[in-house]
Amino acid sequence: MPSPPLLALRGVCKRYGVVEVLTDIELEIHAGQVVALLGDNGAGKSTLVKVIAGVAPADKGVIEWEGRPVHIRRPHDAQDLGIATVFQDLALCGNLDVVGNLFLGREIRKFGFLDEVEMERHSLQLLKRLTRGIPDLRAPVVSLSGGQRQTVAIARSLLGEPRVLLLDEPTASLGIEQTGEVLDLVDRLRERGLGVLLISHNMGDVKALADRAAVLRLGRNNGFFDVNTASQEQIISSITGATENVPRRMVPREAGW
Amino acid sequence: MKGKRFTGTVEGWVTVIRRKLSAGELGSLPVVLVLAAIWIVFQSLNPNFLSPRNLSNLSVDIVGTGLIAVGIVFVLLLGELDLSVGSISGLAAAVFAVLNVNSGVPEWLALVVAVLAGTVAGTVQGYSFARTRVPAFVVTLAGLLTWNGLMLSILGTSGTVNLDENGLVAELTSYYFTSDAVAYAVAAVGAGLVFLVAYQDRRRRQAVGMPHRSLGSIATRTGVVAVIAFAAAYVLNRFQGLPLALLIFLMMVAGLDLLLRRTHYGRQVYALGGGVEAARRASLSVTRVQTAVLAISGTMAAIGGLFLASRITSVSQSSGSGVLLLNAIAAAVIGGTSLFGGRGTTWSAVLGMLVIQSIASGMAITDTPAAVQFMITGGVLFAAVVIDSLSRRSQEAHGRA
Repeated sequence: MPSPPLLALRGVCKRYGVVEVLTDIELEIHAGQVVALLGDNGAGKSTLVKVIAGVAPADKGVIEWEGRPVHIRRPHDAQDLGIATVFQDLALCGNLDVVGNLFLGREIRKFGFLDEVEMERHSLQLLKRLTRGIPDLRAPVVSLSGGQRQTVAIARSLLGEPRVLLLDEPTASLGIEQTGEVLDLVDRLRERGLGVLLISHNMGDVKALADRAAVLRLGRNNGFFDVNTASQEQIISSITGATENVPRRMVPREAGW
Repeated sequence: MKGKRFTGTVEGWVTVIRRKLSAGELGSLPVVLVLAAIWIVFQSLNPNFLSPRNLSNLSVDIVGTGLIAVGIVFVLLLGELDLSVGSISGLAAAVFAVLNVNSGVPEWLALVVAVLAGTVAGTVQGYSFARTRVPAFVVTLAGLLTWNGLMLSILGTSGTVNLDENGLVAELTSYYFTSDAVAYAVAAVGAGLVFLVAYQDRRRRQAVGMPHRSLGSIATRTGVVAVIAFAAAYVLNRFQGLPLALLIFLMMVAGLDLLLRRTHYGRQVYALGGGVEAARRASLSVTRVQTAVLAISGTMAAIGGLFLASRITSVSQSSGSGVLLLNAIAAAVIGGTSLFGGRGTTWSAVLGMLVIQSIASGMAITDTPAAVQFMITGGVLFAAVVIDSLSRRSQEAHGRA
């Protein structure tokens, strides 16, 4: 029997006020696998990431970690399990320097005071592993370029030695070369046995990197694909809704007209 | 060889300074220049301005409002504003006066209760601000009225309460360390600490093979601090010696600077100023930090209020009113703390207060009407805000470039 997935969602629902953003979502992430999460704008991709990260906890449904149900109510819960998140807006503090951002909320302390030397050393080691162009560690993040900020955000998520990494549109704001760097990085993380959930609009990225793809449409699952065997057309038609794998909610009422 | 190395260091400094200027990190440079200009102008108008007596009085006059401004720095770092500090300072002074003079409570106990009253007032405001997410300036505007009313009701019909001229609180601003040695010892300890911290940092970085400051730059830093400290000590000793009030003020500023920049708590304050959402996602306890910041602001306001009462050895219905609040906020901003949150240190309260009080003192010494004083202080404040805004914009533009 195969080992249970690192992270599994079963029937997860999330509503904002009266709007049901996610309905009965199923998702599995295995170790050493990159799962692409695809969907049109407003399909609920970012909300799903927030649910898993504990920023916007689920209303209904079960989240399983290595086969046993867990509760993710706060960002802390997700971090403790080993789930790290890089949000689309990166969620960095622009006024803090690189080291300050990397260690925000889990500073290394010595006699109650921050141990800046130790933190800087760790940051340097970590960034060396990730990128060639290491930014000035003491410059405020607001003065870094978009790619450097992305690197800092990813580096921060890796600091706690996570087992699952959620990346929300990591390449959306990057140039070609920096995109390549980020994709290389994700590839290396997979080789190290991390489970990665990658949100992307770029089918090229998905084809190049992902093992499986899960498609959301209007807050519901609309198909799972093996990226290596499924054709691009199949996946895209699932995203756009040309193939409906789930009955739409509006159908009964429309039928009544 | 040595000359070549020297030019190398100088070039290094020039690059760093140019980079910092273009990135909008002016730091405290503008305010130091403004202060120098003010001192030169008033000294040329009246040679008594830089006399030991005037400078010594100046150093005591900045303490009361300066302590309040230190609390304001914390609130500004969040990108918020605390309008209640004036009222809280008056409330604390009234609590002390009524407890000690009218009810005969021992001075130390009355002092503690008065400071705690400020802490409680700040905590209440902080918790409501953090929980309801109403902007702090509105919550504290309500506080301004509430605490002022509470102060008036505590003072009751008596109106004005005179403090014991030789009591503990009066001594706060009237005690001077008359021995020359004390001022010099404090200066030496200050410079020594600056050197030790920098040197220790260099040694640890060297040990793990990381970039570190050169010995020369450490020596320069220590030298600048030592020159300022010993010059101040010399001037103060030529009048009555080191004022106790100034010593307390500087120690509190240094201590709170340590808290802000070298502890987990301080890092959270800066992080919240940089982005509440980012801080929340890093699972910082936003409510707790916001409450604590306003509690600190309230506490500092209370302590400042006691120093202000000590200066005039009386508490009246007008305590904590008038331009006190505006001066405290102006001092923090003039000193270089950003109104937009996330940038600034407690030392900016000292620098800003020096500017404001120098203007006030110079105006008094040259018999200029108060109206002109307000306008000049207003002009300096405006300039400070413009510099703050421009440097912030250039910093962001620098990031996009």
